[in-house]
Amino acid sequence: MTSKRNVIDTLPRPVVTLLSSLVAVLLALAICGVLLLVTGKDPLAAYRTILETGLTGNKLLEMLKRSTPLMLSASAVAIGFKMNLFNIGVEGQYLFAALIAAEFASRISAPPVLHVLLTLMVASAAGAFWASIAAMLKITRGINEVISTIMLNFISLSVMQWLFDNYMRDDSDGGLRVTTTEIAPSGQVPDIVDGRLNGMWLVALFVVFCYWLIVFRSKFGFRLRSSGLNSTAAQTSGIAANRMIVVAMLLSGAIAGLVAMQSVVGEEYAYGPQATPTGFGFAGIAVALLGRNHPIGIVVAAMLFGFLDSTSAVLQLSGIPNSIVKVIQAVVVITVVIVNEATSRYMNRRTAEQTAAALRTDKVGA
Amino acid sequence: MKLTGRARLLVFFAVPVALMSIVRLWSGEDALTSSDTIGASLRLSVPILLAGMAGLWAERCGVLNIGIEGMMIFGTWFGGWGAWQFGPWVGLMFAVVGGMLGGLIHAVATVRFNVDQIISGVVLNLLAFFGVRYMSDLAFVGQPGGGVSQSPPQTSAIPRFDIPVLSGGEVFGWKSPNILLNLEERGWFFVSDLAGILHGLTHNLSWGTVIGVAAVPATFWILWRTRIGLRLRSSGESPVAAETLGVNVIRLRYLGLLVSGGLAGYAGGILSIVASSYYRQGQTAGRGYIGLATMIFGNWRPVGVLGGASLFGYAEGVKLVANDAISTLFLFVALAAVLLVVAAVVNRNTTRGIVTAFVAVIAAYTYLAIDDVPESLTQSLPYFATLVVLATASQRLRPPAMAGIPYRRGESH
Amino acid sequence: MTVEGTRAKARVPLFVAVRLFAAVRRSGALWRCGVTVPPLGWVWQYLSMPDSAANGSASAHGTAPAVELHNISKGFPGVIANRDISMTVERGTIHAIVGENGAGKSTLMKTLYGLHQPDSGTIAVNGTEVEFSSPSDAIEAGIGMVHQHFMLADNLTVLENIILGAEPAKGGVIDSREAARQITELARSLGVEIDVNSPVAELGVGQRQRVEILKVLYRGAKTLILDEPTAVLVPQEVDELFENLRRLVDAGTTVLFISHKLDEVLAVSSRITVIRQGTTVGTVTPAEVTRRQLAEMMVGSDLPQPEPRTSEVLDRVRLEVNNLSVSRPGRRDLVHDVSFAIRSGEILGVAGVEGNGQFELCSALLGREHSSGTVAIDGKDVSHASVRDRKNAGIAYVPFDRQREGLMLTSSLWENNLLGQEEKFSKYGFVNVAAARAACREVISRFGVLTPNEDVPAFALSGGNQQKLVVGRTMSMNPAVLLAAHPTRGIDVGAQAAVWEEIRTARDAGLAVLLVSADLEELLGLSDRVIVMFEGSVVAELSPRDATPELLGSYMTGAKVAAR
Repeated sequence: MTSKRNVIDTLPRPVVTLLSSLVAVLLALAICGVLLLVTGKDPLAAYRTILETGLTGNKLLEMLKRSTPLMLSASAVAIGFKMNLFNIGVEGQYLFAALIAAEFASRISAPPVLHVLLTLMVASAAGAFWASIAAMLKITRGINEVISTIMLNFISLSVMQWLFDNYMRDDSDGGLRVTTTEIAPSGQVPDIVDGRLNGMWLVALFVVFCYWLIVFRSKFGFRLRSSGLNSTAAQTSGIAANRMIVVAMLLSGAIAGLVAMQSVVGEEYAYGPQATPTGFGFAGIAVALLGRNHPIGIVVAAMLFGFLDSTSAVLQLSGIPNSIVKVIQAVVVITVVIVNEATSRYMNRRTAEQTAAALRTDKVGA
Repeated sequence: MKLTGRARLLVFFAVPVALMSIVRLWSGEDALTSSDTIGASLRLSVPILLAGMAGLWAERCGVLNIGIEGMMIFGTWFGGWGAWQFGPWVGLMFAVVGGMLGGLIHAVATVRFNVDQIISGVVLNLLAFFGVRYMSDLAFVGQPGGGVSQSPPQTSAIPRFDIPVLSGGEVFGWKSPNILLNLEERGWFFVSDLAGILHGLTHNLSWGTVIGVAAVPATFWILWRTRIGLRLRSSGESPVAAETLGVNVIRLRYLGLLVSGGLAGYAGGILSIVASSYYRQGQTAGRGYIGLATMIFGNWRPVGVLGGASLFGYAEGVKLVANDAISTLFLFVALAAVLLVVAAVVNRNTTRGIVTAFVAVIAAYTYLAIDDVPESLTQSLPYFATLVVLATASQRLRPPAMAGIPYRRGESH
Repeated sequence: MTVEGTRAKARVPLFVAVRLFAAVRRSGALWRCGVTVPPLGWVWQYLSMPDSAANGSASAHGTAPAVELHNISKGFPGVIANRDISMTVERGTIHAIVGENGAGKSTLMKTLYGLHQPDSGTIAVNGTEVEFSSPSDAIEAGIGMVHQHFMLADNLTVLENIILGAEPAKGGVIDSREAARQITELARSLGVEIDVNSPVAELGVGQRQRVEILKVLYRGAKTLILDEPTAVLVPQEVDELFENLRRLVDAGTTVLFISHKLDEVLAVSSRITVIRQGTTVGTVTPAEVTRRQLAEMMVGSDLPQPEPRTSEVLDRVRLEVNNLSVSRPGRRDLVHDVSFAIRSGEILGVAGVEGNGQFELCSALLGREHSSGTVAIDGKDVSHASVRDRKNAGIAYVPFDRQREGLMLTSSLWENNLLGQEEKFSKYGFVNVAAARAACREVISRFGVLTPNEDVPAFALSGGNQQKLVVGRTMSMNPAVLLAAHPTRGIDVGAQAAVWEEIRTARDAGLAVLLVSADLEELLGLSDRVIVMFEGSVVAELSPRDATPELLGSYMTGAKVAAR
């Protein structure tokens, strides 16, 4: 036990962090294994199936494709997290943005690349707009963004349903289509690997890179993180708190606006209540937590979730309910947040002790 | 003009009823105060009410509970499964236990491991949603009428009853008169409306609903009159002070979250056992969040939660029974706002007068301009109302001071 | 029940007498010698003796003191807060514990109250060795603590706050009537009146403190620990508090009084224990020492004191403040109609008991708090400017509370040093990390921040080193106007001198300084002029040459008001 402590003590912080995440994932797999066992399924067989199917070429491409919305959603959530803002409203923001952008794209005509760019910009603007409501409520009326974004998620759904039913539904087919009008080919994003991986994946990677650049390297990002770490100190140092809240929320909403774009401009070429995937807002929270708000962590976590998702169809065929995949994801997040908490406590204590020790030796040396 | 005691009660109850009566006579929408509408409203209110109580218990002991929805999902599933297997009463018990399981997970994460309370709640919702899907896969798939998103139908239900004399219930085989229904059918101003409301509340009652409503006085009594209640509230107001006085904050937070989970689970059970006769995926339909909203709306007080839940339940009830009548509610709002304008003028409160006059004009215009309100928009009423309350009355709200802040024994010194 | 118990046991003289009586009877010697036990009248006479006499004889007769601490040590990661502390607190006395901020007083009291356990050493209460694993153990042993920051739940009523954890109840249901009766009675014996049903949120500071004391007494405490009780009180309230405490002691309660205000300590306590750098320096009686000697015991060796040094004050006004007020609806102004000007090369000291508007004054000058009136920096009006604009105009701030207002505890030192200077160390919107690190290294070496490197997170540093970093960061911004609030609070003597020197050097180079300090010696030694704030207003302006600490003290407490 003591020797183990010592080994960990010598490891640099990032390695410990990585290890702890790994431990959390393994712990989650163990918990779900027990769940499978209790419910009369063979956990080893299930995990073997997941690995064997997931590690084939096509499934790996599917994993990448599935990671696209997760990376975007997680980045949107993570920007908020970095300044202690909890944007639970990504769900409402991206769906609203998907509807508006799909409708917009189907109505304009523009040259190929420009058409897509305009659509993505409109999606971002719509997402940012929806997020700005929560930001405004926070800075003018002091309403906690957690509550307001939850409420706005539901309000978003009704507003969308109303807009869709009354104004944006494609009725050309005698009311059979339950989507918006299809976007012209100029507004469609081509696949990188035909039918397997869409170009939006690259866009998502680019957004994660921008997230890193803005939050971790820019002056603005420094102010953002400072506000999150100690808002009083940040304000005292001249950072305008309200402005930071608005900008962070707008950025978060803008990224959120892109979450469903792979579906809208890359697969379905339209928005539809059934066609457009839901639930990515909450999955994004999970991915951001698993990736610890770090860009690389987010990419890896999104791929892990995408990997698990990609295997679910095959799993069902081999007699294991594929919903276990989602259960694994949820349990992973729980174990990760718990292990994170414990690790950071441990690391803080270790740092304090090591600093004190270093100073003692310094003094002896002098 | 400060009202106290009975006068206050009168204003808060009689005036709205009278206004409703006027609106009913004016518009001819009898459904507004009919016993059918009120009965439906009651049934729809109870799950929201219980979800709100679940939030109240959790936040009073110092833990935010975004996971009510998840706990309710556990409640619907376990309740549906239990009722299908062993009958409705056992089903309700399973629902409570299922909800408590959710509460326990939330407690272990937030109280034991100090995970951020919002994160834990959000993750709990995810876990519940997918967890019950997995369990449905195992328990319901292949059963007659069951599937991955639905349980087979239950064969028996919780008994319902009418209150004797008032609403014509039976006493030892004697069919008592149905006074309230009789009065309701007269169509008199005020009296019939009142009778309609009371008849709706006393007729065709399910024991499951009655037990649910009893959670309000029970919560009030336990939290504000007993020793354990005071200690529990102190854990949410000032855990450090409580701990220095020998109160075991950790244990009380566990307790609060277990009760919270149990209430949420029961709310889920009502949905899958009382309001319907089978479990269905998505049965909660965001009611956990509406419960959260009523808790804020009700200022973290049981009676306030009851008020909020009644309001939201009524809106849903009107929509269900007579969707066309929804637009007349704008007339009601307009009249109520006019009254408030009068009150503001009497009190010489200019700002409030102007604001309420503005509301009155808007509501009246809406009533005149719109024939029917799109259902898609009325769905968001509770959420919208909550934002309005938060935006306009947040200074008067008194949330538990330390709800949301993790507490570690001995570390805050 | 609890209350009855309290009062019965609180009669210390009676208690002593009974024990004495019992001891004599047990020995049996008197019987054998044919001597009868002294008549009851003798006992009563003994009981009616003044407290001091009773206590004197109590120890003489071997009755155990209320509290004894033997060789208590307590460390936290990286620091030793207490080491080898020993002290004895006699029953029925007011025993003061004095020491500088960070000397370890509070740590010691928390040990005594069971909030944490000592690493070594023993505690004895009434002669019996005890081990407290939690405050409830301490309460059980009759020890109660009134914390510096009140531990009250604002949304609960006075009654609920007091009975919490010791509720009179029948079958789990609280008997509020009985509770109200007990509390009212207890309050009357203290000589105070209180409405038990009002929410604590509606009470003033003095009333809250009384609720805290009642809370402790309600639990039958015989030993009361008061952690800096006067820090938050206005003078009249201090007098009332002392009156209440004397009543308590007369009734046999023991009071442990933590403070760093020497005058109060000398006035109210019968014994004084001095703590310095985590250990006891000695225990004295007020009669034995002067204020000056006590201060020297507290600080160690000779009291370091900035040598008054004349400086060349230029005519150029750098900070001009006119009719500045910070108001709160329905309450007295936090800052009321304050006007002053600070010239280039001048240090203006602000004296005052904490909480008399100094914090709000600084916040308003910084632009963090809404205020009326005008503020001009170097002749440029910044009355409506944002914090950032004011900083750009040349204002800089050493915060009252470095952890709350100045540091990001989990971030590295270089990031902390960057805070507020990110504009300077950025190019094209991106942070120049290398330059920011270099700047931090420079602050570390120039101000002697003890740290292995600039990557260490701020929480790993001791309070003094954190303060040095904050001061260093502020000074390295080359401000035109410096707002320094307690710039040397909690740092060691050597560093203190270094900070003083830095401030002076900058002053000599033309800086204007507003110095807020609770340390009057520092204030008088550094300042060119001193203003005194009381209840938000400036009540006096003095030259440090003719301002003695005594004179300042009478202005600070409102005892004296000068016409300005």
